[in-house]
Amino acid sequence: MGQSLIDLEHITKSFDGTVVLDDLNLSVKENTFVTLLGPSGCGKTTTLRIIGGFETADKGRVIFDGVDISRLPPNKRQLNTVFQKYALFSHMNIAENIAFGLKIKGKSRSYIQDKIRYALKLVGLQGYENRTVDSLSGGQQQRIAIARAIVNEPRVLLLDEPLGALDLKLRQDMQYELIRLKNELGITFIYVTHDQEEALTMSDTIVVMNQGYIQQMGTPEQIYNEPENAFVADFIGDSNIVPGLMIRDELVEIFGARFVCVDKGFGENRPVDVVIRPEDVELVAPEQGTLVGRCTHLIFKGVHYEMEVTTPDGFEWLVHSTTLCPVGKEVGIHVDPFNIQIMNKPESEDEEAVGVNE
Amino acid sequence: MTRLKRSIRRIWQDFYLAIIMIFLYAPIATMIVLSFNSSKSRNQWGGFTWSWYTQMFASRNIMDALHNTLLIAFLSALIATLIGTAASIAINSMKQVPKTILMGITNIPMLNADIVTGISLMLAFLAFGISLGFRTVLIAHITFNIPYVILSVMPKLKQTSRSTYEAAMDLGAGPVYAFFKVVFPDILPGVLSGFLLAFTMSLDDFIITHFTRGAGINTLSTLIYSEVRRGIKPSMYALSSVIFVVVLALLLISNFAPKKKHS
Amino acid sequence: MSKKILSWPYVLWMTGFILIPLALIVYYGLTDKSGAFTLANVIAITTAEHSKALWLSLALSFGSTVICLLLAYPLAMILRNRGVGQNSFIVFIFILPMWMNFLLRTLAWQTLLEKNGVINAILSMLHLPTQSLINTSGAIILGMVYNFLPFMVLPIYNVLCKIDDDTINAARDLGANFWQTLLWVWIPLSVPGVISGITMVFVPALTTFVISSLLGGSKILLIGNVIEQEFTKGSNWHLGSGLSLVLMVFILISMAIVAKYDKNGEGSGF
Repeated sequence: MGQSLIDLEHITKSFDGTVVLDDLNLSVKENTFVTLLGPSGCGKTTTLRIIGGFETADKGRVIFDGVDISRLPPNKRQLNTVFQKYALFSHMNIAENIAFGLKIKGKSRSYIQDKIRYALKLVGLQGYENRTVDSLSGGQQQRIAIARAIVNEPRVLLLDEPLGALDLKLRQDMQYELIRLKNELGITFIYVTHDQEEALTMSDTIVVMNQGYIQQMGTPEQIYNEPENAFVADFIGDSNIVPGLMIRDELVEIFGARFVCVDKGFGENRPVDVVIRPEDVELVAPEQGTLVGRCTHLIFKGVHYEMEVTTPDGFEWLVHSTTLCPVGKEVGIHVDPFNIQIMNKPESEDEEAVGVNE
Repeated sequence: MTRLKRSIRRIWQDFYLAIIMIFLYAPIATMIVLSFNSSKSRNQWGGFTWSWYTQMFASRNIMDALHNTLLIAFLSALIATLIGTAASIAINSMKQVPKTILMGITNIPMLNADIVTGISLMLAFLAFGISLGFRTVLIAHITFNIPYVILSVMPKLKQTSRSTYEAAMDLGAGPVYAFFKVVFPDILPGVLSGFLLAFTMSLDDFIITHFTRGAGINTLSTLIYSEVRRGIKPSMYALSSVIFVVVLALLLISNFAPKKKHS
Repeated sequence: MSKKILSWPYVLWMTGFILIPLALIVYYGLTDKSGAFTLANVIAITTAEHSKALWLSLALSFGSTVICLLLAYPLAMILRNRGVGQNSFIVFIFILPMWMNFLLRTLAWQTLLEKNGVINAILSMLHLPTQSLINTSGAIILGMVYNFLPFMVLPIYNVLCKIDDDTINAARDLGANFWQTLLWVWIPLSVPGVISGITMVFVPALTTFVISSLLGGSKILLIGNVIEQEFTKGSNWHLGSGLSLVLMVFILISMAIVAKYDKNGEGSGF
């Protein structure tokens, strides 16, 4: 991958005394799809708006391609935004909407015409030039909003929950569209969402945020398979987060039973948090299980069964499996070593507070 | 935009707001000050006095006009609210074409010039042999008040979902009972604000009253008009100040009191 | 349906007191004293005296409408961008004078502008020459602007509040500076409010007789004064009605413009 294109340095922002971003540092490389993921109020939209120039950070700098653009108004920044509710100009037709940025740059009429045709083709809406905004569906309006942004050839496209207002099927279609667009255009996407599935599907890099802090940054695989703390583990997909004791390298004790794992360097006899994804919990015969419990809940989910297995200590294990275990039946639990993810326990109360979902 | 630029823009905006504010309130403030000026001259301060207020309250003319104004405002607002609310309910359930026609008629007195409404009513009263007086002023005020009531009630009726009314009927309520128990509480704020709007509009009217009042009766507006043409007396300032304070109080109540309950 | 009965009092009332009276104006305007059809009352607008009054009315109301628009648009924009709610106190302050008695507002300016009025008193206190302010066209325009400014502010403010922040942000994002955003986004999107404001100022200004008689003295006659005098002093109802018909043509034109640009009633002030 290329150079770092955008650097946020020590960004701090508060609204009416409430700190929304606290000393945030983030570096975005050229030609990547970066997703800011987190619950509402985590500061992801504010981060995007600071990059876009719609908010000014109280402290810190925004570096774009080596130049400090912190004080630059939005109209002077080489990036474009796709807004949550599209924000199309309702008094203009589709062609005029797309042409808006180009007209301001004083491009020639023929150049603008070509660009409109190219952009409409790119988003699959050829021939829509003279339609009114009102006559388009939500998904179509979203495509126009994207077309309107990309004709300006920005180096970065900012997308603020652009699929939030669409229904499920359309949202999934648009996810693939966005990946295709990003690959065709070769520009950097910074995408804000609270939908972890969306993030996992589209991103090269996911930045998980909560309460103004970055919790973890990494590829979708890293975020999913190796969450660094309980918040990330809990926010990305379902997971079993259980207290454990690191006996030594590659051996952890959970509820009195010892599991072999692959993690090292946590020290000896250290309390840790253990994350095990529901699909990684294998149900075996009681005598083969590392732990033994009883199935207390069963729902058929289509691709798999969702079950709850309660172990004698009272913990309810969430299990996704294609093999069925009837309610009331005793069952053994086994987990492969590489499916066990060990995390440090939060050291201070402050850090713990960060991890708590609102 | 830089922070400095932004704060300069902010200062300009504050300055602009202040200028407009002075423009709007300087005349009113001047009148209030002059109403306490014991000197009859407008350009000299002769000391503080309540005497213009006592003179005002002692004046038979002013008190009669006040009585007429309030009575007409109250009665016209009340009758307009009854007719207007009933009409809104009917119009709301009508089909598109009659609805459009009736709403069009509603808009006539709102968009038409007051002077035309006034003389048209005057012509009609005299053509049908109704002598001008209290009655005709009252009818005229009801006429221009009804549209304000309808325009206040209609939006509330549109918000009221038909299904709650149907649910009430489904649960065994009769249409009248269902209306008063389910629909009416929803539109009540609109009815009340319609009444208050009508009341204020009636208090404020001069032009239509001017043409429909005949010789015998005065409202405050027509009294002020005839007094002003003869030369301003300081008791007029006192009257103006009182009206300003009353209107201010009425508007504060109607604008801010109901909102508090909601939040 | 039984609900239709509820509209009867309204229909009767509006027929009796809106439609029939308007029909009577048409009848009186198009007949002479003997009841015979004539266009003389309408054509009377072309006489020197009447056409002068009409042109003066048009000029003064046009001028005051333009001034109102120039003052109100920035005001409405500032109020909207302060992010204050539609029922907030500051907005209330700016529309409060609209509810003040119309005559009192004009009376107040008389007090300020008179020969021995407050403004001249201040001028002479500062040893500046006193000005003759009252009984001029300028005083009438001032009175119109003062009385009708809130009618312009309110509808513009209402439409501006309906414009989404992100629509403005989108324009900035696409490279538009403040003036480009104003010209290509703010103004086109606020057309319904502007049109509604223009008629709400223009119609009462065009037809007023109060402002001109209180601030313009007896020498400046507007078309409103001419009509008023035909009904209260001259007692030529036919002539007065004929001139009113001419006036109504202008009102109808402005109503038609509103209907064209403000289909959803977005700009309505109430």
